[in-house]
Amino acid sequence: MSFLQLLHNLDINRYEAAAVCLFVIGLCGLMFNRNLFKKIISMEFMDAAIFLFLTCNGGVIGHLAPIITDPSAAPSIEVYTNPLPAGLVLTGIVVSVSFTAFGLALTLRLYKKYHTLNIDEIIRKMKQSEEY
Amino acid sequence: MHLYYENFLFISIFLSLLCGILTTLLEDGRKSRRVTLVMLAVCAVLNGIVFVNTSIRGEYFTYAMGQFPAPWGNEVRSGPIESLLATVFCIVIGMSLLGGGRDLEEDILPGKINLYYIMMDLLTASTFALCYTNDMFTGYVFIEIMTIAACSIVMAKDNGQTIVATIIYLIMSMVGSGVFLFGVAILYSISGHLLMPNIMASVTKMFTAGSFHYPMAVVAGMVLVGLAIKSALFPFHTWLPTAHGSATTSSSAILSGVVLKGYVILLIKVMCRVFTMEQIRQLNVNDILFVLGICAMIYGSVRAVRENHSKKMIAFSSVAQVGYIYVGLGLCSTAGMAAALYQILAHAVTKSLLFISTGGLIQTAGHRKSLHDLRGMARRRPLAGIGFTVGALSMVGLPLLAGFITKITLGQAALELGIPRWEMISCLTAIAISSLLNAWYFIQATIQIWKSEEEDVQDENGPVAVHAISPDRSFGFAVVSLCVMNVVLGCFAEPLVRLLQHSVALL
Repeated sequence: MSFLQLLHNLDINRYEAAAVCLFVIGLCGLMFNRNLFKKIISMEFMDAAIFLFLTCNGGVIGHLAPIITDPSAAPSIEVYTNPLPAGLVLTGIVVSVSFTAFGLALTLRLYKKYHTLNIDEIIRKMKQSEEY
Repeated sequence: MHLYYENFLFISIFLSLLCGILTTLLEDGRKSRRVTLVMLAVCAVLNGIVFVNTSIRGEYFTYAMGQFPAPWGNEVRSGPIESLLATVFCIVIGMSLLGGGRDLEEDILPGKINLYYIMMDLLTASTFALCYTNDMFTGYVFIEIMTIAACSIVMAKDNGQTIVATIIYLIMSMVGSGVFLFGVAILYSISGHLLMPNIMASVTKMFTAGSFHYPMAVVAGMVLVGLAIKSALFPFHTWLPTAHGSATTSSSAILSGVVLKGYVILLIKVMCRVFTMEQIRQLNVNDILFVLGICAMIYGSVRAVRENHSKKMIAFSSVAQVGYIYVGLGLCSTAGMAAALYQILAHAVTKSLLFISTGGLIQTAGHRKSLHDLRGMARRRPLAGIGFTVGALSMVGLPLLAGFITKITLGQAALELGIPRWEMISCLTAIAISSLLNAWYFIQATIQIWKSEEEDVQDENGPVAVHAISPDRSFGFAVVSLCVMNVVLGCFAEPLVRLLQHSVALL
């Protein structure tokens, strides 16, 4: 495969490539950031990347929204796009929002208790006060 | 024609969700506890009926949810294995709630105890859904519900330690579910389906055509590793000891006995129903699980030997036991799969027993948790002592108990590979090393708790103040029935293992 061909393939799959890049950024942030708040934002990045991936695969340029206005015409996959990916993205957004809310609530709790957002610092303080 | 029991799958999921709503309205801890326990009993009976019927007929059935037929609608599906797992999980959750009831009253604020039971209902619903679902995306949604419910029951105690444990658990779960969801998204974009049989049809088509080999390997790797992260396989286990060690007794028992297994069930479905075992072997993804499983078996046991905190010791033993499950899956054969499934059942029963009886011993020692403080406590509370001893001996692998059958079926599955391959040798070596280490720390702990207190008077802290514990009937009932289940699983294992081996084909 020549370099030009590679670039051409990348251009066709530009949304997918962007989604993968975003996903990796989010994943690295989630694992390597020490700040809890940044971790949660990285999680949002990761989920957004997956939604981008699903949406760009679900939309076919030139096809109509899957709403049948003329009942006499036979429904065909040549004309309409698949509505399912959009439904999946919606469900995914709901899940991701609830996770973010839960994570932020926990972070707030921890900040009130330990006065820091750094996870290493929090674990150190927890171990100091650990009682057997 | 539809048979009457085919409705039970949906009914049990619906019933547990309905109970969650009912519990919200009750606002009374005792009543919500009763409602949840009754719901669990009813669901155990319903799932038991499904198990008996499907295993007698030796077949599975699918049940369409809603009006849409197969490629569009949603489905649940059950064979003997799914219903058996659901039944046992039901019983284990019920027994853990009964056995840890007194700790729950002490650990959770009185006004908030009904919230704990809401989470328990949600957790039960998601366990059923993971056992029965036939749809990848439904699987994703329910693993997220299970994670949130599990996080909430860890932080129910509401002190610094449990909140830190919860946030570490949450972050690990986010990594796992992100990887899993991305895998599902790629799989959906390649195959165009979300229902497992339809995905399988297009995956098989691609395999025979020889196309999409690398994307398939990536998908299988992402889905399996994502689920493995969530079920605390070796390098991703860091959250487990803190979470299990600091949570209240029932939560630890349920987390270790049920929650970890929920993800593994979905993983088994992906291995058998989305791909076939042959295809997974071709993609070499099972080797990742196998190697990590071997590492987990040894690492978990080594850490448990060094641990002095009683509940953390048992938690590290869970890390090792999850390793056993993954070694069975990594063998990627019918016998290996049956061994993994048996280990899921055996570990659910044994680990909940261990956590509950340790909870009882810790209560007697006045909430001190180090093994040193627990010495002699079994004499004060013999029932808890007996429970701990039975659980510990089962983990060590004493014949007549469930743990022994795990080790022997896993060993046989490894030997079945035939010619001495690296898998066989490393599997047998790991079983031997892990059993030896198990024996080391569990027998030491057992001796410690049965020691008479007079032997150790020259201790610098002085003898532990013993708290008088009034008799607790539900605790006794839970410990006795889990002990009985353990012995039954150990003594009558042969027909069960045979049934599991036959039913793997029905997965």
